[in-house]
Amino acid sequence: MLKNYGLIAEYESPHAICEASKRVRDAGYQKWDACTPFPVHGLDKAMGLKDSVLPWFVLVAGITGCALISWLMIWVAAYDYPLNIGGKPTWSVPAFVPPAFEVTILFSSLMAVFGMFALCGLPRLHHPLFHSKKFERVTDDKFFIVIEAQDALFDLEKTKDLLNQTHPVSIELVEEQL
Amino acid sequence: MQRLVLLGLAILGLGSWFLGFQADPTRSLYGYLFAFVSVLTIPLGCMVFVLIQHLTRAGWSVLVRRIAEFGMATVPLFAVLFLPIALLGHDLFPWSHVEHLDENLIKKMPYLNMKFFMIRAAMYFVVWTGIAVWFYRKSLAQDANPNVTRQLWKWSTLGIVLFALSTSFASFDWLMSLQPHWYSTVFGVYFFAGCFLAGLAFMSLALMRTSIPLKPDHYHDLGKLLFGFTVFWAYIGFSQFMLYWYANIPEETEFYMRRLEDGWQSISWALLFTNFFIPFFVIMSRHAKRNKKVFAFGCLWILCAHFLDIYWLVMPTSGDEHWINFLPYDLGALLGILALFMVAFNWIMKGQSMIPKGDPRLKESLAFENY
Repeated sequence: MLKNYGLIAEYESPHAICEASKRVRDAGYQKWDACTPFPVHGLDKAMGLKDSVLPWFVLVAGITGCALISWLMIWVAAYDYPLNIGGKPTWSVPAFVPPAFEVTILFSSLMAVFGMFALCGLPRLHHPLFHSKKFERVTDDKFFIVIEAQDALFDLEKTKDLLNQTHPVSIELVEEQL
Repeated sequence: MQRLVLLGLAILGLGSWFLGFQADPTRSLYGYLFAFVSVLTIPLGCMVFVLIQHLTRAGWSVLVRRIAEFGMATVPLFAVLFLPIALLGHDLFPWSHVEHLDENLIKKMPYLNMKFFMIRAAMYFVVWTGIAVWFYRKSLAQDANPNVTRQLWKWSTLGIVLFALSTSFASFDWLMSLQPHWYSTVFGVYFFAGCFLAGLAFMSLALMRTSIPLKPDHYHDLGKLLFGFTVFWAYIGFSQFMLYWYANIPEETEFYMRRLEDGWQSISWALLFTNFFIPFFVIMSRHAKRNKKVFAFGCLWILCAHFLDIYWLVMPTSGDEHWINFLPYDLGALLGILALFMVAFNWIMKGQSMIPKGDPRLKESLAFENY
């Protein structure tokens, strides 16, 4: 059985998709996206995207990493197995700084990458948009707006009308297998 | 009016420093050296900023470049302000007391002697004045003739090499040699990090008082550089500290030992917070960098913290255990030289175009946006 996934509209240029995005945004759609072959400056604003929450995840991960490695170093070096290294005290903060720095960076960067994956719903093996032959060119030279059928405002005819007003090259209905 | 106020402050500051000079000439010379180097780092920071913009052919910074050029063009003033140090340097630098030198310092005499010291100082000022005047003049010429841009690009390569060498060696001569047994291969980089911070903070503050059509995006980028160099300063400072702490060799730890006694330890600890943790968290956020008031506070903080850093480099070598008593005279010198610098800065700026009109990337800078 087939079910409507959503409507896709194709555009020729970054400028066209920005202008179109503004109209879709102003129409009040929530479950929609703009797909481009490269990052388009100003598209965030045109789509009305809010600031990502990712930086806060990264901050928390960085602090966690710093705390964990500090605990590990202090526990190992000063309590569990104290060794005399160069006559330094076991609680030698200067020696702990480089690992603390490195692990803070490590946790932050891993969180930045995998947090981005999670927020994007990756990894996934298949996507309904792959059914569209036209959509393949999104990784090459075409720009697409996708409005999902799940959106509360979605109505096949009305949404098509809205997209038509944005002067797309073509509009296509994409279906997904249930 | 503004100039009269600044001149008044200069007289007030240098006058109060002179009172200290009469009380204790040697001690007050350290205060003068501190003030001189502190303020000199501002034009040096502006200079390296200008050179990097030409070197990288940056587009975003065209609107903010002229302020940096005015800043660097004040460098000849510092050649004059260097005279007291040149004349009375014998009191400042232990290596100049030739009759009391130990074996190590005798070996360093081919470099550390008064005659060569003067020749080097003269060379630094020739190089800095050369760079400042040439790049400033050419930038003004660019207003009428965009073809000059290529010359600016071309010669910024040589300029940045000369700048790096002269600034590093100046920091060796004027700061590191205060403890002549001590040496650090990263000292020039540490000093350079401070220069860039001072230059950027000053530029940002000065820009806020002009009518240049800047967007929050320009401050945002200046803020990114400030943030990056705050971290860079801490990274370099800690790299230097950690190696000496680990190796624990007397002639190398001398520098830090001196700064962990006689009350200097409080400044050593304070630097960690004033120059790293506080500015780090104040200007980390995108919103802080784009908010004029918060960003202005951050810049002012970084500038003052940078002066504290230079104070920490110079003053512990004065051998003074009651340093706090002399603080007003030191601050007097700082106020005086800062005011003189501002007089020169305003004088150079007066009547000049605040925007490099002829720069081919001016449009790009006007439309600049941080995504």
